[in-house]
Amino acid sequence: MPFMKIERAGLFSQIQDLGRTGHQKIGVSVNGPMDEWSHRLANAIVGNADDCAVLECTFSGPRAAFTEDTVVALCGARMQVTIDGRRVPLNCALYVRRGAVLDIGRRIDGARIYLAVRGGFATPRVLGSRSTNSRAGFGGYDGRILRAGDEVPVADARRGDAPLRLEKYGVQSGLPFVAARPVAAVPPAAPEGRVRFIAGPQWAAFTQDAQADFVSRRYLVSPQSDRMGLRLKGEALTLQRPLEIVSEATVFGTVQVPPDGLPIVLMADRQSSGGYPKIGYVAGADLPRLAQLQPNDTLGFQPISQAEAETLWRAFVRKLAAAREAAALALSANPLSHGPAA
Amino acid sequence: MTGMCQLLPGQGQIEAVGERCVLIRLGDKADLQTNQVVQAVTAQVERSGIAGIVEVVPSFTSVAVHFDPMAFDADGDPPTVLLARLLQRALQQDIPLAEDTGRVIEVPACYGGEFGPDLEEVAAHCGLTCDEVVALHCNSPLRVYTFYFAPGNPFSGPLDPRLNIGRRKSPRIKVEVGSVAIANGLSSIYAATSPGGWNVIARTPWNLFDLRSDPPNRLRLGDRLKFKPISAEQYRQLLEPR
Repeated sequence: MPFMKIERAGLFSQIQDLGRTGHQKIGVSVNGPMDEWSHRLANAIVGNADDCAVLECTFSGPRAAFTEDTVVALCGARMQVTIDGRRVPLNCALYVRRGAVLDIGRRIDGARIYLAVRGGFATPRVLGSRSTNSRAGFGGYDGRILRAGDEVPVADARRGDAPLRLEKYGVQSGLPFVAARPVAAVPPAAPEGRVRFIAGPQWAAFTQDAQADFVSRRYLVSPQSDRMGLRLKGEALTLQRPLEIVSEATVFGTVQVPPDGLPIVLMADRQSSGGYPKIGYVAGADLPRLAQLQPNDTLGFQPISQAEAETLWRAFVRKLAAAREAAALALSANPLSHGPAA
Repeated sequence: MTGMCQLLPGQGQIEAVGERCVLIRLGDKADLQTNQVVQAVTAQVERSGIAGIVEVVPSFTSVAVHFDPMAFDADGDPPTVLLARLLQRALQQDIPLAEDTGRVIEVPACYGGEFGPDLEEVAAHCGLTCDEVVALHCNSPLRVYTFYFAPGNPFSGPLDPRLNIGRRKSPRIKVEVGSVAIANGLSSIYAATSPGGWNVIARTPWNLFDLRSDPPNRLRLGDRLKFKPISAEQYRQLLEPR
């Protein structure tokens, strides 16, 4: 099987498909991408199904090469990406020649970049998913983040398909890489610096001051944040009186408030249940933006109604569908270039 | 145990949890009766065949229904409202109580000492001797209510009311895998080494989650656990690879 050879892994590079659903009942976390928008977009750009496994790279990325010619796409955080030393753009399909060195370098903006390969990464499925559960140590590549020397399998299921124009052009060109047309896709508009949220079941149990602080103050992303939760620093949120809550199901975006009063937004690696008071739920459509925040970034929270959040989510999914169509067009068109400056 | 149950007035309220999940509330106490209804409702929702449901997750007193809103029409009410209506209909009728697994699982556990560092504190807090704590923990079978925290990590109850203790004031940074711990009327087993705030009274040599097994979780919802005291020597003999 073809593979991607990792020369340098980056800080937290790990395999994620859309997540391991169906096993929360036995305590198995869902995992999946932090930034679902970029993950889905990267798959769409290389012509994959939505649930193909992609490499999620946090804060920095790998230096790697493929054993076979491979079509890849990079979406999400802006990072300086080169192939054999030449800058390549994000958000477009890239034909990468066998042995050419793909290097995800300096981060410019955002936290996470997604590397999709046509056909998907082909690490074994565990309980139906290829997502890495690094806490429990299974799924993805050996249940862990990547290290130098790893050989990450790439599916070659598409060998029977007719080659893409991009691939034909790439082979003929003799160049280390060829870029297809970029896919213009931006997530639905959102308020600057604020994420939208729906009031949670314990909203009314917080003091009026806490409620006012939550919607008006700015919070700082703590360096202790990880894939489990975005930990925030700022005004502590106080309950009117202490609450004992029986643990119940949590979702991606649950804003829980532990006894120290500092909110935590539960993210992709959250546990399946939790017992802290929930002041709100971040709108699903705004979660990708949260996933791109870095330590010491600030954010605020803007209240919206349940119905508004549901409308936003539908718009989000429709935007993705439109991006998928644009991606299919770009993939079937003649490549524009072979290495513009990004 | 077989039979039917019906939701009482006020039971079965459904609320949205974000856009892609709703929660069915069935009580506010983590007790046996509530949990039996939780497991019955879980099975009923799974049987309902309602389109768009992705995953049904029971907890102590509630059932989460994760779903795909795009399975519902765009016009009219929001998908969480439409789903809640369908669920309410599915829960109006008599609901068969979930089949008890019928299993009574004897779980070996070495109490006290390095394996149960909080045993003495629990005894002092409850006004019991250590032996009495061990006996009370072992005597009544504990029903597995739910799993979370780590894969295969069970929460079971009801504990004998004399073992009345909350969480530790200061959580431990590291609780060893296999630790048997109690708090708030419940008994749990740490299925992974992690930080934790419960009172650790024993440790089991068993591995509770093994991907080489199918299903990987050793215990199942509705199992009844009966803890059996073993010596440190037996612990070492029975210790399973993890």
